[in-house]
Formats: sequence, structure tokens, C-alpha cells
Amino acid sequence: MATVVAVIASTHHPFYYKASTATGDDRPPFADEWVRKITAFRETLTRARPDVLVMVGSDHFHQLWLDNMPQFLIGKAPFYDANWYNEEREFGMPRMLLKGNEDLSAHLLREGLDRDFDLAFSNELRIDHSITCPIITLRPEADLPIVPIYTNIFAPPLPRPKRFVQLGQAIRDIVESWPSDLRVAIIGTGHLSLELGGPRQFGPHGPDPEFDLKAIEWIATGDLDGCLSEVTLDSLHSPGNATHGFMDFMLMMGVAGAGAKADHVDSLDLFHTREAYFTWYPNGAPE
Amino acid sequence: MSRYLLNKFLYTVDRDPDLVERYRDDPAGTVAWWEAERANAVLNCHTGEASTWLRFTDEEREVLATQDHVRLFELGAHPFLTLTLFIAMFERDHGPLEYQLAYAERMKHIDMPYPDIAT
Repeated sequence: MATVVAVIASTHHPFYYKASTATGDDRPPFADEWVRKITAFRETLTRARPDVLVMVGSDHFHQLWLDNMPQFLIGKAPFYDANWYNEEREFGMPRMLLKGNEDLSAHLLREGLDRDFDLAFSNELRIDHSITCPIITLRPEADLPIVPIYTNIFAPPLPRPKRFVQLGQAIRDIVESWPSDLRVAIIGTGHLSLELGGPRQFGPHGPDPEFDLKAIEWIATGDLDGCLSEVTLDSLHSPGNATHGFMDFMLMMGVAGAGAKADHVDSLDLFHTREAYFTWYPNGAPE
Repeated sequence: MSRYLLNKFLYTVDRDPDLVERYRDDPAGTVAWWEAERANAVLNCHTGEASTWLRFTDEEREVLATQDHVRLFELGAHPFLTLTLFIAMFERDHGPLEYQLAYAERMKHIDMPYPDIAT
């Protein structure tokens, strides 16, 4: 059976690409520290020597729209083009082409459906920065096949936080039941507190630094009970109007497992958001 | 009131470079043209198929025609769509982050809970 060699949860910040490649006067003062942290984070994936990446993210009204909105969707295609015109325009994101692994996509769909997750699928999916940001930060060679999994954290009505956790737990089990000798890393990105298009946006820190520190503690210690006891669809409005992206972190806590302490924990307090990075090694840290 | 149609306007304009410029240069004219020609298009379907019932309220039409992002927020338009399109249209006229911070400043009077954005 396949081995889950790493579980990784991260914020996705579309400005990282621009900040990390900027030079001279264009380079922001925080860029060097950010690159140092990302380089250390990247090493946690490299050391795990993955063959395939399962990538959890959320489409930002690119291919998925309100006339046809799935709650959870798995890509099943041989290739995925990536990034969109408005991401190129606003963030300078590069166009990319990633390979797929249709066998793992099919396995996740079949087993997920049989476990009562009514998963949508897509045979032609152009992915966006929720998935390409972690490719850029963690595997800039973009050389490994992926299975994209999209969640709806964006267009209410949304599934509840517990459903994200349950799906994460199922994804972990299903990948481990995949008849393959490949090494799989499961990577997901979301947000801590975040405000977009509201009065608290682009402040000197994330909109709710207290929430961010509490969230990091939940994730780093695998405190699913504590997290689920406080986080609801209603409560997530308070830290910032885009904080429902935190549910993708909760999904990844489900993948990592209740009580699983992260082997790598780091964060960076930026304007607008706090970035946070977590890696678990389910089978022990690699040599 | 149709939050969906407001969002559909923002979404379809934002993803089309020519429409971004057209809306920046001629807000009222673009809104009128869009409502007449595009509001009922079923996206991703054959062009021969269309809806028949979608139209703006007078208030929605005016808010889009005056590019009033604060009132769009108050009407429950999706804040991500509004922000992304407005940055595309107006960031170029300002220094780094200046537009984004002014955008937030104009919304300072808005308290929690924010308007519902469900469609």
C-alpha cells in the first residue's frame, strides 16, 4: 500500500512569489526572513522524498462558480494547467503545468463516495493559487504529479468545520489503502484570520492576532477537540471575513490525526496576515 | 435583490481584461450594456441557451454604475470579487498599498456582523 510520508499544512500567500523574486528597491524588507522560513519549510518536504502530492485547496471563483458550486471536488486529469489571468495581473503568478495521477484520483473518488462523501469531480481543471502557492514554496521544480482536492470555504452555504475534519481523516485512510508502492505527501493550504474587502483588511498584522496564536497551538498540538469546541461557521466571521479558509487547516488536522504533534512548526507575522507552516511525519522523521 | 447577479457582474468583468478597462472608463455604460447583453447568459453553456429572468434592482444598477464598493459590501456582494476587480481598476493610480488601505478606511463605519453574502 502507499505510504503517507508527510502531511503539510500551510497558509497560501499569493505575494510570496513576487516578494521572493523581487530585487533592489522592489524587494520588501521582510522578504529575506520569509525566504529563509520557506526554505526551511521546503526542506521538510524534500526530506520525505515524495513521489506524488495530494493538494488540498480552494478555488477562488476561477473555474468554480455560483451556477454550479461543488462543496468538495477532486481533480481527475492527466494534466492541470495553473493560475489565472487575474492572479497574473494582481500577484504576478506564473503560468504552470502540473502532471496528474489519475489512478490515485480514481481511488480517492471511489473510496470517498463509498464512505458517504458525495464528491464532485473534474476531468479538466485549471488550478489556482491555493494549490500553486504551495507548489512554489514547497516544490518549485513542479515536477511531481498531483491530485488536487478543492473545498468550498468561499461561497456559503458551506459545509461545517467537522465535515472538513472528517474528510481529512478519510483522505488519510484512503491514501493509505491505495494499492501502490508510491510515497505520498498530503499538502493543504488555508488561512488563519483574514479579511478581504472589508474594513479590517491590509492592517499591520492579521485582523485577529489572538485567534492566530490560538489556531497555531491547536494545529501544532493536534488539538482537534479544542478546535472543534470553539470553531463554528458563525464563530469564523469574527476573526475576519475570509477566515473560513481556516477550515482547510482543520481538514489537514484531520489528515494528521487527533493528538498528532507537528514535527515542524513555524510562522511569520506579516502585514495583512500571519503566515503559518506545519509538517507532520506520520511514520517518524526521515533520516 | 440579487446578490447572485451583482456577483455575476463582478465575476464576468474581472476575468476579461477588455471589460475591466471598459468598466473603469465607462461605468454606467458598461453596466447598462452588460445587463442588456450578458446578465442572462448561462456561463459555460452553449450561447444559444440563456436565462430569461435576471435583472438588477434600481439600487443595484446605481451602485454598480457609481462603482461604490462600500454599498456593494452593504448589499452583500462577495467581498473578494469586489476587492479583486477594484484593485485591478484603481490600484494603478496609487502608491503601494495606498488603494487597499483607503478602501478599508472608507468602510470603517461598518460593524460586525457584516452583511450576509450567501446566495
